[in-house]
This record gives sequence, C-alpha cells and structure tokens, in this order.
Amino acid sequence: MIKSKAAAAPFTAWMLLFTIIPLGIVLWFAFTNADGQFTLGNLPHIWAQAATFGISIFYGAIATVICLLLAFPLAYNISRATERVQQTMVMIIMLPMWMNFLLRTYAWMSILENNGFVNQLLRLIGLVGENDYLPLINTGGAVVLGMVYNFLPFMVLPLYTVMSKIDNSVIEAAQDLGSNVFQVFGKVVIPLSIPGMLSGITMVFVPAVSTFVITKLLGGSKTLMIGDAIEQMFIGQGADYHVGATLSLVLMILILVCMAVTGMADKGEEADV
Amino acid sequence: MQTKEIIKLKDITVSFDGEPVLSGLDLNISDGEFVTLLGPSGCGKTTTLRIIGGFVTPDSGSVFFDGQDIADLPPYKRQVNTIFQRYALFPHLNVEDNVAFGMRVQKKKPAEIKETVDRMLKLVNLAGFNKRKVETLSGGQQQRVAIARALANNPRVLLLDEPLAALDLKLRKDMQVELKNIQKSLGITFIYVTHDQEEALSMSDTVVVMDAGRIQQIGTPQDIYNEPENAFVADFIGESNILDGIMHEDYLVEFFGRKFKCLDAGFGPKEPVDVVIRPEDIDIVPADKGHLTGKVTAVTFKGVHFETIVDFKGFKWMIQTTDYYPVDSVIGIVLNPEDIHIMKKSEYSGMFGDYSSYSEEFDEMANPEIDLTEEAEVQE
Amino acid sequence: MKTLSRIYNALIFLFLYAPIFVLIVFSFNDSKSRVVWSGFSLRWYEELFQDEEILSALGVTLSIAVIATIVSTIIGTMAAIGFRSVNARLRRVLMALNNFPMVNPEIVTGISLMLLFVFIHRTTGLLQPGYMALLLSHITFCIPYVVLQVLPRLRQTNPHMYEAAMDLGCRPLSAFFKVMLPDIFPGVLTGALMAFTMSLDDFVISLFTSGASAQNLSVTIYAMVKRRVTPEINALSTLMFGAVLILLVAINVLQMKSTPKQAKK
Repeated sequence: MIKSKAAAAPFTAWMLLFTIIPLGIVLWFAFTNADGQFTLGNLPHIWAQAATFGISIFYGAIATVICLLLAFPLAYNISRATERVQQTMVMIIMLPMWMNFLLRTYAWMSILENNGFVNQLLRLIGLVGENDYLPLINTGGAVVLGMVYNFLPFMVLPLYTVMSKIDNSVIEAAQDLGSNVFQVFGKVVIPLSIPGMLSGITMVFVPAVSTFVITKLLGGSKTLMIGDAIEQMFIGQGADYHVGATLSLVLMILILVCMAVTGMADKGEEADV
Repeated sequence: MQTKEIIKLKDITVSFDGEPVLSGLDLNISDGEFVTLLGPSGCGKTTTLRIIGGFVTPDSGSVFFDGQDIADLPPYKRQVNTIFQRYALFPHLNVEDNVAFGMRVQKKKPAEIKETVDRMLKLVNLAGFNKRKVETLSGGQQQRVAIARALANNPRVLLLDEPLAALDLKLRKDMQVELKNIQKSLGITFIYVTHDQEEALSMSDTVVVMDAGRIQQIGTPQDIYNEPENAFVADFIGESNILDGIMHEDYLVEFFGRKFKCLDAGFGPKEPVDVVIRPEDIDIVPADKGHLTGKVTAVTFKGVHFETIVDFKGFKWMIQTTDYYPVDSVIGIVLNPEDIHIMKKSEYSGMFGDYSSYSEEFDEMANPEIDLTEEAEVQE
Repeated sequence: MKTLSRIYNALIFLFLYAPIFVLIVFSFNDSKSRVVWSGFSLRWYEELFQDEEILSALGVTLSIAVIATIVSTIIGTMAAIGFRSVNARLRRVLMALNNFPMVNPEIVTGISLMLLFVFIHRTTGLLQPGYMALLLSHITFCIPYVVLQVLPRLRQTNPHMYEAAMDLGCRPLSAFFKVMLPDIFPGVLTGALMAFTMSLDDFVISLFTSGASAQNLSVTIYAMVKRRVTPEINALSTLMFGAVLILLVAINVLQMKSTPKQAKK
C-alpha cells in the first residue's frame, strides 16, 4: 500500500488554518469588546436571546419529528424494492437535495403566498372569499413546512442506508417465529434502524435549528430564530461581531450537546476508514 | 555441482506494533533452487519474503544478494521480482501492457519489449491473450499474467507469496506442476511461500519450516517428512503420532512400557525424547501378535484408506490402513525399527500427537472463556 | 399493502417536486406574476441573459467553482492517501478534522470564516471579503467531500498494486501516477464533481464571505428576492436545476461504473 504520511500535510495545514483557527477567533470575539479588551459583557445577550433559542429548538424539533415520521415508511419501502428501483428512487430523492436551497425555499413562496396557489385553489373551491386569503405564509407553520421540505431527504437517506442492510431473511425469521406486521416493525425493524435514525435526526436538526433563510422567506418578520439573530449581528446595520460571536458559540455548544446525546460526536458522515 | 549462495539473511529481527515477528533469523538460499518457506499463518514466512523483496526493512540484521549488502536498496532497484497474493495486476492496463510494464519503466526498445512479451506469454501458455482486459480473465489466467509480468524483467530471483491460494484444488495441482517446470527451464531461484505442506513437499528442492518467527527445520522434502526435528515439524507435515519416550541407549527406545529397536542414535542415556510414528507405517495384526494392543474408537472411510483411531492406554493413535476394523474391536500393532523416528524434546513437546481431535479450535469452541473471534493477523 | 406503499411513495415524491415544477413552469410565464399563468414566453430568459449583475455573478460563481474544485481535489486526494498511511489514533483525529465542517451548522462556519478574514484584514490590511475570501472558503468546505469519496476507493484498491509497480522498477512517485491514480480515479472524479456542485450551489457560507466586488450567484439571488421579485429568478432557477441535474446524473453513472466487478475464479 502506498505509504506517505506527508501527503496529509497540506490538508492538515489548510484545515487548521481555515477551520480550527477561525473558531479560535470566534472565541476571541466572544470574549472581547469593541476596544479589544477582555470582557464578559457579551454574555448577557445570551439570556436576552433565550426565547429565540427556545423557538429555534422548538421548531427544529417539530420539523425533525415530522421528517422522521414521513421518512420512515418511505425509507422502508425503498429498502425492500429491487436493486435497480432502489438506485433510481435514491437518485430521485437526492436530486432536490443538491438543488439550490435558497431557490427551493423561494419556490414555496409562490405556493403559500396570499395570492399563491393554495389560496387560488381555495378561492376556486369557494372555501375562501374572492378577495380574502388564508394566511399561510409568514407563519410558524410555513417555517416548519419549509424545514421539512428542505431536510426530508437528509432523513430518508441514512434511514434507507441502514434499512437496506436489514436482510430480508431477518424479517422472514421474525415472521417465521410468529410476529405480525406491527411486531415485526416494533421488535425488529425499528431497533435495527436506530443508527440510521440518529444519523438522520442529526442531519435534520442541526440545519433546522440554525437556518435563517427559511425564516426570512417564509416566516416574515414574525418568526425570528437564532439564525436570524446571528445573521443580523454580522450583516447590515446594527452589526456587532462580538455579540454575534457569542451567540454562535452558544449555538455550536448546543449542537455539540445534542450530538453527544445521540452519540454522533465522533462520526459526522460515514467515517469508517 | 557447486551451488552458489545467492541470498543470505543474517540475524534478521523484525517487530510490528511491538509484536516480534522474526527473531534472529538466519537463512541461506542457493542459486537455481526452488525453496519453499512453509508454516502456519503468522509464522513470519511472508515477512521474510517481503524483506527479500525490499518492502519490509528489518529492525536489525543484514540482507545479502550475491554477496552484496542490499539493506538500503529499494524494491525498484533489486534484481528480484514478486508474485503477490491475489496477483495485483494493473486493472487499467491490458495483458500485454501489464507484462511490458517493467520493461517500459526501464525504457527498453519497443521491438525488444514485443519479443519478450510474446515469449513470456508463450511460456505461461497464454499466447494470444495480449489485448485481453484483466477483468475478463479467470483467477488462474490472472496468475499466469502475474508470472509473465514478473519474469519479463529477467530477475535472478522470483518471490512467490502464496500464489495458488485462491485457485480450485485441481487447478492448483496443475499449476504446481507448471510452476515447477518454468523454474526448471529458466534455472532461476524461486522462493515460494505457502502454508500448504503438500504443496511444499511436491514442488521444492528445499523446504524451510517456520513457526513463530523462527526456522524450525531446513531440508529436502524427504528429510523433513522422514526425519522431523521436533514435534511441531512432525505434526505440521503429514499426520503423526507423537509419544513420550525414553532413549535407553543408542537404537533402543522405550515407550508404553515396552522397548523398541529403532534406527536413531546420539542421545544421552535415558534421555526423555519425542517418538514419531507415521499412521501409514503402522501394521495392524491380531491382538495377541502385536507389540501393543488397543481398542478401536472410530473409523472413517477416506477413499484411499481407513482412518482408524485406536486407544492405547488412554492415548489415541491414528492408523491409516486399507483394512476395515470395526469400532470396539481390539487390535494389535507391529512397529518396525525404520518406522520409529526419535526427536529431541523441544518447547513443542506435548502440544501435538494425540488424535482426540484434529483441530485446536474444536477443543476451544465450547469454552466460554476463550474469544475465538480474534482472527490470526495477516503478516504485512 | 403494496399499492398503499406505492401511493405513499408517489405522494412524497409529489411533495418534493411540486415546488420545483411550479418554479420551472412559471419561468416561461408571459407576465410578471409568479402565480397567475398568462401564456408561454421566453422573455424572462432573455432578460436573464442581459442582466449584468447576474452575468457577472455567474462568472464569479463558475470561476470559483472550477478553481475550488481543482485545489480541493488535489488536497483532498493527497489527504486520503495520508489518512491511510498513519496509525489508527492519528487517523481518527484527522477524520474528525475532516468531518468537522460538515457537522457544524453552515452559519457558524460562515461567520467563523468571515471573522477570520476580518481579523486578517485588521491586522495585515489584506483580504477583504471578496473574491479571494470566497475562494478560500469554498476550497475549505469542498475538501471533505473529496476526501470522503476517495477514501472508500482507496480502501478497495489491492494493497499490493503499488508495491507491484515498485517491484517492477517504478520509483514511488511514478508508481503513484501510473498505477494508483488510474485505480482511484473514479473516486477522485466523483469527489471533484461533488465539490463542484457544492460550490456552485453554496449560499450561506458565500453570504458571509462575499463582498461588493465579488458575489456568488446565490447571494445575488438573495438580494434580488429581497428587492424585486420577477420570474427572472424562476428562469435562473430552472437553468441552475438543469445544470445540477446533469452533474448528478454524471456522478451517479460514474459511481455505478466504478463498483468493481467480481473477479471470476
């Protein structure tokens, strides 16, 4: 086998410079003020934003649960199909994932707007008056919908990967030993799918909690999440890098805690070498 | 005929990850010989081969090629070529590009390359396969291409790392003959690594038996088989019944409470020894006519012979015989002096020789304290 | 049960693709409306190709994607080889380092890079948010994708092939290019394609590292969405979707081809 430890050197240098050191700088900004002096004065902003953190976690959790519920049957169906069908279906699921996140969210605006498709349809059916509308956009519901839409494939794929490894003969064995459909699911499929579930939960929860695009486009100014708060601290008027850094740090710690809880702390993507 | 020494390993010591693999190994290999390094997984035979090839650097010791110290010579400068396990053909090149690879690296002339490639393919019976893609070849064919590729560079020594391991039994036997013929016709040195003792016995001029990083015995196939030097060699090569005995004096050994004439001498008076008796050398006679009597506990029909397990005073022997003796029958055996072989006691004494079971794993399987999932480490 | 499954699958697929479909359809709309159909027209595509702002952003996006792909592929491939050459403990550390940007929320990565450049700018006067900052950031998040594509391919390689090349007389570097690289090439190519796609599509990280002088396409669209909303965005979306579709199909075809066939015995 080719043996060259030095080959990893440029990588290590680059990642240290552009991943680790920036984090150090974030730390620095979090604990300094505009004059560059050490201060803990940024910390109170955390409590001030506590509600925002809470909302983010709340919406993120809801979106994650919905994704899990929707993804589970789909992943299972795909995993039982033939090889070729599986590959095609996986590609179909993956395709929107690669398309521009911004644009996909933007697409929902046309649908949920006051004059959007849904309202037009409702007017057509007569459930809503001619000049009236059902407020869909700029609501918390729209935000959750946007999250589910954007992140569903991230839940489906890891679930599918794990489920496809469940041999059909395992399921047949369970049936052979007397289990009905629900028992097979509850006692065999679900326990074996847990690694996939944990992976999927992480891959949905993390971006869901930290998004600001979805809230801006679909939530209007009514729903502000931690992503928005952080973005405001870095872009536009009222920017305060120090506060922003503090909030980002808290967000990161939050995510790390969640990942440690689900046992994903050392894994990330497929990390087996 | 004087044979020149072409490779000499002196006091080679190697460890991987703190585990000793070879300890103070000395080995001389003569030019033009077919030498086999034989031993179980993990004995260090592949490591020894890789040291000669230049892929492993020993922690201490010297490697001489034709009298020159080649310790600092990288593999691409040695006049040695290797046939790797699973052949390691280059999948993105076709057959002739694989065979020509080494010559192209040395920038030989195209005409010369073509001539050599064709000659090599003919040598391995793959004439006409020049343009074939590697993935369209069977295992045996790939193996031949690997041989052609190595020999095309005209090495003085060819190293073969268990090249036949992945082939079917019958094909393996044919390839053994083919390899031997190639070696004889080219006259170069082959150093062959295998754990299959039948293979070693049938192909080699010299067999080097190894275990746990040490050479146990070096000799011709006949010597190794007929005169094993310790219990390990006796058990590893063929089947053996190995008993405790006492050498009373030269040519007289006692075991099982009876004295037997034998052909070995040179042991101290009343020295405890290991006695080796091959199953095929034992004659079964009616109980009252034998040197020893025992009771048959198991009989297995093997086609060529019956494998009969006989209990002599609690110790189970294996006897290979073409006659059928049913279980529970009482039989006698006769041992001729030439069938009794004496070995010095070693650290292997007592480990082998009883035929209650064939394998260690079988004995250990039922023991909850032992973890059998730790696989034997592959030597790198 | 089976039809129920099929209906369920179909519904989910519908859910996933409906908005995209709507976007595409309305890119051909004859009026400014994104929701009321007035007839087929290509006017928004025409406007798109005349929009200076968008064209310059497109140039930036493409050039950054190409350069970032090349650099990250080289660094990533070398890294994968390095990973395989070190002991298990160091490997785990390196893997963690590699996966870190993928696990972090994008916004945190984005602002950390932004602060890095702010810091460098304040102390050395170099590196405003702009083209260079954008490029460096893109390379950073592309590298892990390359590594994760090349590593499994490396694992599948016959470990003796590199030694075989040296055995036959090749020096180490030559052995790598003649024998190893062709073998891992599908992984390298797939990694490069993924890096390219991720770079093309990136929004969050680009938002924080773009500057007035250089903007990613996505960042430009974001500004447009906030200011004026015309189906020009739909047209742009359609084209971007098309491009990604082609790239994805290419990746998939490559991955299917590179699955090694079983050697016949």
